[in-house]
Order: sequence, then C-alpha cells, then structure tokens
Amino acid sequence: MSHLIGHYNYWIVIFLMMAGLYVVIAQGNLVKKIVGLNIFQASVYILFISMAKVEGGTAPIIVEGTTLYSNPLPHVLILTAIVVGVATTALALALVVRINSAYSSVEEDEIHEQDQSF
Amino acid sequence: MINEHLPVLQVLVPLLAAPLCLLFHERRFAWSISLALSLVALVIAALLLQHSLADGVISYELGGWSMHWGIEYRVDIVNAFVLLVVTTIASVVLLFARQSVLAELYRARIPLFYAIYMLCLGGLLGVTISGDVFNLFVFMEISALSSYTLIALSQERRALTSAYQYLIMGTIGATFLLIGIGLMYIMTGTLNMRDLADALPAVTGNRTIVTAFAFIVVGISIKLALVPLHLWLPNAYAYAPSAVTAFIASTATKVAFYVLLRFLFTIFGVGFSFSNMLLGGIFLVLGLLAIFAGSTAAIFQDNIKRMLAYSSIAQIGFMTLGISFVTSTGVGAAILHLFNHAIMKAALFLALGSVFYRLGSVNIRDMQGIGREMPWTMTAFVIGGLSLVGVPLTVGFISKWYLVLGALEQGWWPVAAAVLLASLLTLVYIWRVIDAAWLQAPAAPRQDALTEAPPGMLLPLWGLILANLYFGIDTSLSVSVAMQAADWLLGGGG
Amino acid sequence: MYTPIQPFNLVLRIAAKMLIPLILMFALYVQFHGEYGPGGGFQAGVIFAAAFILYALVFGMAAARAVATETVLRVLAALGVLLYCGVGLAAVFAGGNFLDYNVLARDGVSGQHLGIMLVEFGIGITVASVMIMIFYAFAERGVTR
Repeated sequence: MSHLIGHYNYWIVIFLMMAGLYVVIAQGNLVKKIVGLNIFQASVYILFISMAKVEGGTAPIIVEGTTLYSNPLPHVLILTAIVVGVATTALALALVVRINSAYSSVEEDEIHEQDQSF
Repeated sequence: MINEHLPVLQVLVPLLAAPLCLLFHERRFAWSISLALSLVALVIAALLLQHSLADGVISYELGGWSMHWGIEYRVDIVNAFVLLVVTTIASVVLLFARQSVLAELYRARIPLFYAIYMLCLGGLLGVTISGDVFNLFVFMEISALSSYTLIALSQERRALTSAYQYLIMGTIGATFLLIGIGLMYIMTGTLNMRDLADALPAVTGNRTIVTAFAFIVVGISIKLALVPLHLWLPNAYAYAPSAVTAFIASTATKVAFYVLLRFLFTIFGVGFSFSNMLLGGIFLVLGLLAIFAGSTAAIFQDNIKRMLAYSSIAQIGFMTLGISFVTSTGVGAAILHLFNHAIMKAALFLALGSVFYRLGSVNIRDMQGIGREMPWTMTAFVIGGLSLVGVPLTVGFISKWYLVLGALEQGWWPVAAAVLLASLLTLVYIWRVIDAAWLQAPAAPRQDALTEAPPGMLLPLWGLILANLYFGIDTSLSVSVAMQAADWLLGGGG
Repeated sequence: MYTPIQPFNLVLRIAAKMLIPLILMFALYVQFHGEYGPGGGFQAGVIFAAAFILYALVFGMAAARAVATETVLRVLAALGVLLYCGVGLAAVFAGGNFLDYNVLARDGVSGQHLGIMLVEFGIGITVASVMIMIFYAFAERGVTR
C-alpha cells in the first residue's frame, strides 16, 4: 500500500507522461501535438522537482534560522529544461504558422492529401 | 595560455559567430566571419586531437568548480576524433554554401542562415566535448533546435512538414534522454560522467538503473535514426537545402552515435550494457534490419536526395552492427565508419547540391544525360558512390573490410555475408544514378544549356573526394586513431 | 488589418498606461533579486517582454514598433549573448577558467556577485528582445483560407 500512497508523485509523473505521449501520437491536429509534447515535458519537470524535495526541508533559498533545505540542483536543471521546452514550443508553433500559410490547414491528413508529406 | 583553455574555446568560438552574424546582418560579412571562426574551430580540434594522443585525457573545469560539483569538459581520443570530423565537414560545407544558399534560400534570410549554422556547429561541438550529462542534453537541444530551423529555411513547402516531424520525434528523444538522466541522478546523486561511471557499478541491479538505461538508449536511438526510429530522416534530408543536408547528414547522426558510445562504454560499462541488458543481440538485429531495409528502400527512390537519405539509414546500421560485436575490431570499424561515412555522404550531398544549383531538381528523370554537361560534378558523384559501395582504394572499402574482419573473428559467417550483400544492393542504386547520368539522353531538351557548377562549389566537393581517395589508400592515420579509440572505450576509459 | 482605437477602449488604455510601468518595474525587481528569491534573467526577460506585448495589444502594432524597433531588438539580442561570453572571457583574461567569477573582483564573494549579476543581465536582455521579436513575427499574420 505504501507503494501506492507514498510514491504518489511517481504515479502522477507516469500518468502525465503517458497522456502526453498518447496525445502526440494519436492527435492529427498539429497544434494539439505540440500541446501533448508540452504535457509530456511537464511530467519530466515534476519527476525532477518531486525528487528534489527533502522531508522537512524548506525552499532552497538561504534564510535565517533554517538549516535543512531541499536539493537546489534539480531546480536549476529544470529551469534550463523549461527554457529549452519554451524554445521548442515557440519553434514548433512558428513552423505550424508557416505550414498553415503554405497548406491552409493544420490537420495532418489534409496536408498528407495535398502533398504526401507526413 | 590559449593551450589551457582550448576545450572551452572549441565550443565558444563557433557560438560567438551567431550573435555577430545577427548583429551585423549582412550576407558577405556573415559568411566570412562564419568561415573564419569555423576554420579556427578546426585548428583547435586538430590541436586537441594532437594533445589527447600525446597526453591522454584533457580535463577542463568550467567556472573553476571542481569536477564533482561543476561542469567539466573532458577530451579523450574518442571525442577529439569526432570533434575533428565535425569541424572539418562544417568548414568544407561553409565554403560550398556561399553560392549554394543564394539559389535555395530567400536572400533576406541568408545572414540568419549563417547564424543558425554556427549555433548548430557550436551545439554539436558542445555535445561532443561535454563531460557532464546534463550539459550534454542542453547542447544536444541547442544543436537539434538549430537543425530544425536550418531544414525549415528551404523555399520548398514540404521542408516545413519535415522539420515539424523531425522536431516532434527529436524532442521526444531528447526528453527520454532527460528522464534517463534524472533517474540516474536519483540513484547516484551526480551528473559528471566520470563520477557516474564510478558510482554505477554499486547500484547495477537496481530497476531504476535498468529503466534509465532503457530510456537513454531509446532516446539516443531516435536522434541516431536507428531503425525503427528513423522515420524523420528521409524527409528531413530530402527537402532541406543542399548545404544543410550535407552538413546535418555528416554530423548530427555521427554525434548521436558518439553519445551512444559514451553512454554504453564509459558510463554504463561494457558488462552491464552488453551482457546484462542483452544490447549486443538487439543491436545486431537492428543493425542488419537497418542495412537491408535502408538499402532496399533506396533502390526504389526517384528523388536522389531521398535515396541517399535511405542509404544513410543503412550506413547507421553498419555502425550499430560494428558495436554489437563488442570487440576491438568491431568497435574500431564503427568509429572508422563514422569518419568515412561523414566524408562520403558530405561529398555525395555536395555533388547533388551542385546539380540542384544548375538544374533546379534532383529527380532521377531530370538528371538524365547530365553526365556529359556537368562532368566534374558527376565524376565526383561516381567516385563518392563507389566509395559508398566499398570499392578498394576508397574509404568505404576500409570500414567494410574491418567490419567483415570483425564478423569473421567472432565466427559469424552469415553477418559477413550480409555486409557483402548490402554492398551489392548499394551498387544497384548507385548504378541507377550512373546509368541515368551518363548512359541516357535528356528526357526533354533543356531550355538553357547546362554548364558545370562554379569553381566555388567544385573545389570543396573535390577536396572531399580527394580525401575519400587519400584516406582509402593511406589508411594509417584514420585506422590507428579509430583502433586506439576502440581499445580506450572497451577498456572503460574516459 | 489594424483597426483604429475606438473611444470606448478608454478604460483599457488608461489601465494599460497605469500597469505597464509597474510591470516593467517588477521585471527589473525580479531581474536583480534572483539571488534572494525566485527570479533571475529568464523570468525577468519574459515579464519585461509581457509589458511590451500589452502595449502592442492595446495601442496597436504600429505604436509598439515605433517604441521597440526591429533593429534595436536584433542588436540587443546579440549584445546580451556577447555580454555573457564577454564575462566568461574576462574571467579567462584575469587568470581563472572560463566563467570563473572568483577572479573578477578583489575577493571571491564580490566576484561571484558581480559575475552573476552581469551574466543574468545579459540573459535578461536577450530573452526580452527575443520574446518581443517572436511576438512581432506572429502578430498581424493574416488568415489565408
């Protein structure tokens, strides 16, 4: 039972990861695929940050009176990963805007009909 | 003083070209500064290879932080070899790109093209030289995002969908790599490659490490375009601008292969990767599958760039087959093929770029009879093609030779036969192009007479072809470095 | 098409005029207090860009482009990256490794302080200008059907 309740953060990570991957694979709309990719990446952020928590520790910013802090390194890693995710989303959306002006559609099957792409 | 800071300068010098190109935003300046800084990076890579052959491992700590706490750049013989390959290809393609991009990109975008090209180069060099796994992930994403943009700069609208597909698959691959890094950090508490290699044997049986290994191998395989995760590659190579295809085909997958070598041999160790996780058998099957599926699919393509893209998938299969042997000859053959394939494919794609520059198409029907009108270009293509097949006196022969030797050492006759059969399949699709170019008349009379490609494009092309022939005849340098690198990896070094 | 501002957008205009300076000030606060609380270059850059985007949304793209011209943004984006690399190279010339802040000032602590402040400022400039440039690229794109 402790595996179910105690490790609830990992269950959330797995659920979000699978939901994100499913959206990327199953959705035909290009913008929805990007949304799925973002959900998938968010699950990874939660994995890193939930593992950084130290029981009884406070946020990793030095204040008077506390000696126990959560691990700051995963926070820094995720900051970088979030920036990478933002850049990827911006680039993907820019590509979708250009695809829309070239094909007049953002549905995968409609684009495939026009050009055999995808 | 420069000597101590070479590792960081290797990454910094190309990266500096990007903001400079953005700042001055002028086409000729952008090309000159990119070429200049890329040549400086080439010199630095050559110096690093020389130092690592002489001194062993070079370690550089960023920010003055000790390697256990901060980011470290580590250069050993495997890295240095890949650095040299990447910088050489980048410089040669830049020489070619000056005229090529004028024909294939919108003029206003050309300074930005050079900025992103140098960002991609800096990213690839950062992946190769980094000694910290998270730093490797960040640089991998830098190079990946730049390559998606480079592909999408083409005027062809199918390039956009190809770049999008590559983006989705590439980001999933990189995120898998990130998950694997996170799981390894949970178990060992460190991100430095050397410390991970020391800490992992203590926790080997743990399910977390097994999961991390699986995520990392799958993530890197997506970037490597290992069958069955290769779906992004044919479109991305076919519709990108010619100079971009030549650059990415010769560097991006090679760097991903280097990352695979680093994780499998240095961090996880030979025993865990190949015995516990049965990766030897898996890579053997996938390698053979890639070789045959890639070569067969290539035979049926009409777009020559697409044909060469499927050929690349087959060549990646050869490299994977090499490491599945887990012997000095096998891994050495794989590293040697990394170098050989880079110069072969770059030459072939540059030849196609010259054809596209004059003809406007790379369809095999449009290329009929082109051998008589563009003799220098098509001769280069023929020599490059023969190198791909593995004819003696070319580099392709050398890596196939060591691959067959490695298979025979294990007593695996069927694998050796498969490699030779794949060479025959390669001959079929190369012969299709030679037949169309030299032995057939043009399908329709041409509007304007085709002339040979300009010397600015022919010189880099023939430079690569001569390198093909030189390293095929005098193999001492490349073979000795590759075999030394293989022994170093198998010994758990780095 | 750019629609001219109607009189009954008065509330929006006045609210925007009051809020935009506050947003910019908050962005600078987040920028320079990154060591004492959540913050730093990237977050501050995005908040700074949000102020300009609000201005563009309320007063129109032409007004926004007059304030933040494309050339200025392009130059600032490049300068931010060059500032970051410059700090790293200054550390190299002062005798340490790349980005070794300890050697930038007389002692380790003030060196770290100076180094991180400059580096985060470079990041903030680049992120703000890039975000505004992305907005300019997306905005006013017509629908083609």
